Amino acid sequence: MSQDEIERQFHVQNLNARYVSTIDNDRLEDWPDYFTEDCLYRITTKEDFDEGLLLGIIYATTRNMLIDRVTSLRDANIYEAHNYRHILATPLILSDQEGILKVETNFSVIRTMHDGDSILFASGRYLDQIIGAGSALKFLERIVVTDSRKFDTLLAIPL
Amino acid sequence: MAGQSLNDSLVRWPSKSLTDIPYDLFTSKAQYELEKEAIFKGPAWHYLCLRVEVLNPGDYVVSHIGETSIIVVRNEQKIIKAMVNRCAHRGAMLCQKRRGTTRKFSCVYHAWSYDLDGNLTNVAFSKGIKNQGGMPGDFKNEDYPLRRLKITEFCGLVFGSFDENVPDIETYLGPDVSAKVKRVLNRPVKVIGRNTQVLPNNWKIYMENVKDSYHASILHLFFTTFRLNRLTQSGGIIVDESGGNHVSFSVLDKDMSNKAYEEDDVRSDNSKVKLADPNLLEGVDEFGDGITLQILTIFPGFVLQQVRNSLAVRQVLPKGTDRSDLVWTYIGFEDDDEEMDARRLRQANLVGPAGYISMEDGVVGGFVQRAIRGVTEDHSIVKMGGEEANSMESRVTESPIRGFWKKYRALTESFNL
Repeated sequence: MSQDEIERQFHVQNLNARYVSTIDNDRLEDWPDYFTEDCLYRITTKEDFDEGLLLGIIYATTRNMLIDRVTSLRDANIYEAHNYRHILATPLILSDQEGILKVETNFSVIRTMHDGDSILFASGRYLDQIIGAGSALKFLERIVVTDSRKFDTLLAIPL
Repeated sequence: MAGQSLNDSLVRWPSKSLTDIPYDLFTSKAQYELEKEAIFKGPAWHYLCLRVEVLNPGDYVVSHIGETSIIVVRNEQKIIKAMVNRCAHRGAMLCQKRRGTTRKFSCVYHAWSYDLDGNLTNVAFSKGIKNQGGMPGDFKNEDYPLRRLKITEFCGLVFGSFDENVPDIETYLGPDVSAKVKRVLNRPVKVIGRNTQVLPNNWKIYMENVKDSYHASILHLFFTTFRLNRLTQSGGIIVDESGGNHVSFSVLDKDMSNKAYEEDDVRSDNSKVKLADPNLLEGVDEFGDGITLQILTIFPGFVLQQVRNSLAVRQVLPKGTDRSDLVWTYIGFEDDDEEMDARRLRQANLVGPAGYISMEDGVVGGFVQRAIRGVTEDHSIVKMGGEEANSMESRVTESPIRGFWKKYRALTESFNL
C-alpha cells in the first residue's frame, strides 16, 4: 500500500466512524450532512438487491429528503425510545476512479429499547460511492443492504 | 378446565354484540388453535402470491396459509396449482427456497419426487436393492400425492383454500369490494420490492388496525400534517355482507379546512412541519377518479393498499398468539414509465417498516398486546359509528372492525373442534 492509499483508507474509515457516531449518539440532525446534495440513500434487503429490485425501505434521492426523514422522526412519528450501536468492519475500497471511491463495509446494528431489551436488529453491508478529497469526504451514494428481509416492529432511525 | 389456565381456554363472548371484543381473543392459545382449524383451514380465501410471481411453467413461490407452508406453482399446462410444502412420506419440507423455477419437487430426506401437480412420481429404492427391502407390492405412487389446495385467481391475485366449499371469490368479496380490487389491479403488475415487518402482536390486532379509519389521521401525524388524508375529506367505507372484507377510501380535497382538527385539539395537527423536498408527495391521479387513498382488506389476512401512487399488497401471517409477520410486496404496473417508477419508489417512503404513515402500526399493536397480557376479564369497546357492520360515508367509524368480528364469529362459533 502506498502512503496515498493508506491515507485514503484512513479517511474512509474516519468517515464511517463519524457517520455511526452521529447516528448512535442521536445527533440525527447532522446525519444528512454526510451526503452530497443530490445523493442516493437506500435501505434494501439482500434478496431485493440480488434480484435488482429498486425499492428502498428508506429511499432518498436528495439530501433534503434525508432532512425530511429527520424532521418526521422528531416531530411526526411515534415510536418508543431506542438507540442503535453500529459495529463496523474495515472498509474495503473496491475502486477509485474519476474521483469516486467505491467502498464496501460490513456492519451490524444492535438495537436497545428504553426498557433495556437488546437485539441484533440488522446486519449487512454498506455499498458506497464516496467523493471529495482528504477528510472532506461525502456519500454520493450509500446503499444499505441488509442480510435479512425481516425488520422487527419498525425501522425508524436510519441505518 | 382442570390443569388449564384461563388464557388457555376458548374465549367466551359477553353477548351477541359486535361492539365488545374480549381481550383474551388475542392471548388465548386455545382460541389460536381453533382459528387454525375454523379460519385457516376453513371456508375462507387466503392470499398466496401474485400471478406475475408464477408466470411460466415451473415457476414457484413458497407462501403461507396461517402457519402452514404452501407451494404455489405453474404446472406444465400453465395452470396454477398449490399444495402443502410437506413431503407425503415423513413430513419434511420440500422447498427451502422462497421462489424459483423447477421441473419437479424432490425431498432431500429420502428423494421422494413430485411433479408440478403434486403427484408422487418417484420413490427412491421403491423396489429395494437386490430384491431386499423396498416398498410393499401394493404401494401405489398415485395414493400419495402432496396435499392439494383449492385455488382461485382474481385480478392477478392468487388465493388458496383448504376448504372445497369456499364460495367463488367474487361472491366471497361481494360486488362492491370486488369492484374496488378491479379499480386498482386493472392491468398486469410488476413487483418492485419485498420485505417483512415482524409485528409484536396477534394477527387480529393488526387486522383491526388496518380496518380502523378512525385512527389513521390521529396516530399517523405525517399523514395529517401534509394533508394526505383527513377524516374531513370526502370518501367512504364499504363493508361487505359477510363483514369480513372492507374498503376505506378518500378523495383529496385540498381546500377542506382543518377546523375540525383545531377544535378537537388533536395532537396530530402540527402545521410547523414542512417538507424540504416536497417531491416526495408529487403524485398523479392514475386511476382518474380522484381517490388518493384506498385501503382494502379481504378476510382473514389480506390488504391491498393504494396510498397515492404507492401500491402494495400485504399478507398478515400468524406466528403464535403474540406475534405476526406482515409480508409486504410493493408493486407497480408493467407499463409504468421511468417517471412513474421513480414516483413509486419515492412514495414507498410512506409505507412499510419505515413508512412515514405506517411505522406506528407496528408499535401500537405491541402497546395493545403488552397491556392485555394475562387479562381475561375485560374487553375493548368498538362503538364508533354505531353498533352495526355496515357501509357508510363517514370514516369516523369502527364499522369494518365490527365486520371483521362478525365474520370471525360466524366461522369460529359454529365450529366444533
